[in-house]
Amino acid sequence: MAVWNKLKITVQTTETENYLYKNSFDVEGGNFNNAGSVSTNIKSILKNMGLPNNIIRKAAISCYESEINIVSYARQGVINLTVTPKTVEFDIIDEGPGIPDIELAMEQGYSTADRQIREMGFGAGMGLYNIKSSSDIFNLSSEVDKGTFLKIIINIP
Amino acid sequence: MNIETIAKELNLKVRSGSDRLKNNVTGGYTGDLLSDVMANSHEGDIWITRQVHQNIVAIATLKEHAGIILVNSCEPAPDTLEKANQEKIPIMVSSLPAFELTGRIYNLLSKKD
Repeated sequence: MAVWNKLKITVQTTETENYLYKNSFDVEGGNFNNAGSVSTNIKSILKNMGLPNNIIRKAAISCYESEINIVSYARQGVINLTVTPKTVEFDIIDEGPGIPDIELAMEQGYSTADRQIREMGFGAGMGLYNIKSSSDIFNLSSEVDKGTFLKIIINIP
Repeated sequence: MNIETIAKELNLKVRSGSDRLKNNVTGGYTGDLLSDVMANSHEGDIWITRQVHQNIVAIATLKEHAGIILVNSCEPAPDTLEKANQEKIPIMVSSLPAFELTGRIYNLLSKKD
């Protein structure tokens, strides 16, 4: 179990043993100037580890969409990356408004993005769907007015 | 076919990444919705868009696009250029609208390898 006190949100995760790589990356809510920088960084880490290209592609999509969600909707968040010989795992935790209706949020085309976000080409209601399509395990939970926790696992064949 | 050839054939103005014009173009993708481009474009694609803000550079970097072409004479924002030069992503500007530019590039790519 890990607790992110900094984010005033408590999340239970299973500690993964025998990992090859593990690190935490902070993401600032509302800052579109740096949006994507964590994902770019994580992608080059995975590349340097020599993971297969299709795994890197899935991880990059999942990580980027998650990062954009934090930037677009939350105050702050953390992307935790764990790589094991068999998986790439992300624990993504944010402090923000949360998602009142997860089923609705998962629908393609549904978005609560404001006009400014949409004008930049974000907020098309595709992000969560893209993450789910790119991952083998996708677990989304949220508490309104507190935050959101997303667990993503991509299996390495 | 590399970017330099496409830029010459279609009279594109190169705004960044001029040292990467030998990048090989293996396909293309046209779109302004960033999640769509993220999910459906491929490595080696030339990305045709009218988004000019700096987030297009992060997408092109992550997807390893050969370059970006902005349509309708849209110019990249100054911070977009700065980021593109850092990440060595060629950004070019075309006076054509997306439909016509896409068609011309499609024909160029089908004609020669």
